[in-house]
Amino acid sequence: MDVEIRVQDTPLDALAETAPVFAGRPSVGGVVSFIGLMRDINHGDAVNSMTLEHYPGMTEKALAAIVDEAGRRWDLQGVRVLHRVGEIRPQDPIVLVAVASAHRGEAFRACEFIIDYLKTRAPFWKREQTADGGTRWVEARASDEHAAAGWGEP
Amino acid sequence: MIRVLYFASLRDRLGRADETLSERPATVAELRAALVARGGIWGDVFADGQRVLAAVNQEMASAEQVLNEGDEVGFFPPVTGG
Repeated sequence: MDVEIRVQDTPLDALAETAPVFAGRPSVGGVVSFIGLMRDINHGDAVNSMTLEHYPGMTEKALAAIVDEAGRRWDLQGVRVLHRVGEIRPQDPIVLVAVASAHRGEAFRACEFIIDYLKTRAPFWKREQTADGGTRWVEARASDEHAAAGWGEP
Repeated sequence: MIRVLYFASLRDRLGRADETLSERPATVAELRAALVARGGIWGDVFADGQRVLAAVNQEMASAEQVLNEGDEVGFFPPVTGG
């Protein structure tokens, strides 16, 4: 399994970054990718921009552990997890999870598993700048905890 | 000696990103209790029932995790990436 994990403070070209997960690997039969985008509204308020912070060092370790776990559960050829930090605007990609496998089923399941675990275990935090000029930290969602719990403990 | 880091809303509320403690509590729970004992905003942020996550040496840790000399402990709110 070929793995690339990257945390970057520059724009993420999610479509271009998906291709390397299968390019030059003729045994790959399917690629599933998830692109998380910034929305312009949250809890009914217009959001102008967002700043993503992380725990350098721990973030990379946490993402590597999540991808390792996916590799134990499913037969995967390649995984790319790329995540933005810094200031982003609506429509900007926040995260790309791209998974390549011989067959679609494993790629679909592994991609969903990785994003579900990332949302509850990787140390990133979002702070929103709202249209009225205020800033606020985004609260964790119980639905994300439930989604991750649905995969069971590693 | 241990190194303690605070992230995101915790750092904002505490007005501090990191510090070095010369005294080493035995566990994460004891460290948290020592921070509560400072009073003021520290008592509010780390009070029982407040959802604060901890990592030891950059891996998620339980309250019972034992601390060793030179450990790095990170405290932060529930994560919101992705």
